[in-house]
Amino acid sequence: MSLSKEHILSLLSEIPDPEIPVITILELGVIRDILVIDDTNIELKITPTYSGCPAMKQIEDDVRKKLTEHGFTSITINTIFSPPWTTDWITPQAKEKLRQYGIAPPETTTEDKSWLTGKTKAIACPRCKSLNTKLISQFGSTACKALYQCNDCLEPFDYFKCI
Amino acid sequence: MNIQEALFKYTLRLGDTNLILGQRLSEWTGHGPFLEEDLALTNIALDIIGTANSLLEYAASIENKGRTADDLAFRRNDRQYYNAQLTELPNGDYARTIVRQALIDCFDLYFYQELAKSKDETLAGIANKSIREVTYHLRHTSSWVERFGDGTEDSHNKAQTALNELWQYTGELFEMNDVDKVLINEGIAVDLNSVKQKWEKHISELLQKSTLVIPENVFMQTGSRNGIHTEHLAFILAEMQALPRMYPDAKW
Repeated sequence: MSLSKEHILSLLSEIPDPEIPVITILELGVIRDILVIDDTNIELKITPTYSGCPAMKQIEDDVRKKLTEHGFTSITINTIFSPPWTTDWITPQAKEKLRQYGIAPPETTTEDKSWLTGKTKAIACPRCKSLNTKLISQFGSTACKALYQCNDCLEPFDYFKCI
Repeated sequence: MNIQEALFKYTLRLGDTNLILGQRLSEWTGHGPFLEEDLALTNIALDIIGTANSLLEYAASIENKGRTADDLAFRRNDRQYYNAQLTELPNGDYARTIVRQALIDCFDLYFYQELAKSKDETLAGIANKSIREVTYHLRHTSSWVERFGDGTEDSHNKAQTALNELWQYTGELFEMNDVDKVLINEGIAVDLNSVKQKWEKHISELLQKSTLVIPENVFMQTGSRNGIHTEHLAFILAEMQALPRMYPDAKW
């Protein structure tokens, strides 16, 4: 009797994102498919957040470690590119966790295309909730973040940018 | 030339262009004019190297001769590289790096939009992924082109000098050979003539806004489609390949 897909999901939900440990890799939305073949055989499809995201290798290693601990000896992890990962896949609960951690979550969905035109909504400061904030840099400490500063509480903060 | 051979060469060319550009840009890491710009260029370089990795892994799988993406990156000589010459040129000052990057970001945006419609699912997937990243890159670099061009006399002159020197390398971006012809017939490759029109329109609008002028009567450099490069490629490869060449069995 092999482990069910639900069981695998609950195992994977214990793995934190290597760079933003308050959310799990499941909440991030990078695990796209799971195929349990038998007791020892499993296949997963995983998609990168950003092409050059250095955390992908770490995520793969963490998944292998977790599944090995639960008896899988043959673990195949395939990287897929389509459909491309989008911040829309980050769950609402995870967005709230990001906010509490001090990272402003992606505010707009990619559907409205504002990420293309550059006319983004005002980003709320994750600490004092003020909308009076300014962009410091489109690029931050990791590929997925931009740097902002709050004009009211003056704290700088990371914004998880829409993609 | 059969389709598999053409697809390998096409994917290799795209991979090489990204790899060499990413390697060049990453030379700015720790040397940016200020912290935020340092982060920005490093992030852009990282995206581009990520794309190169995806493309070279795919190229290795198409070739199917046991070579890996790392073998392709680290065990070829300059004459076996097919990156556009524009990407291998030294960074120069910040204006030059930014002008080159804007020219390429703009090309990439329209190129990937077309490649995303390719019948080859992997290339289409990589293109679709990259469109989103390149959109951010172009926004960043074109905002700097505007500030340099329409800024002080000094910044304007530096940006205009960069444009005058780099323009001769832009013709190559749109060159097509047998590889392209075979794959365009299959609905896999991008017809670069359509990209050229959009690129020219976008770039001329950007430059006009930035009070910069496209140099006239420029002789266009050529050669990279046949593995012919400027003197700069061999040096960048020497640095990039030093460790794997010295320790061929080294593993991460």
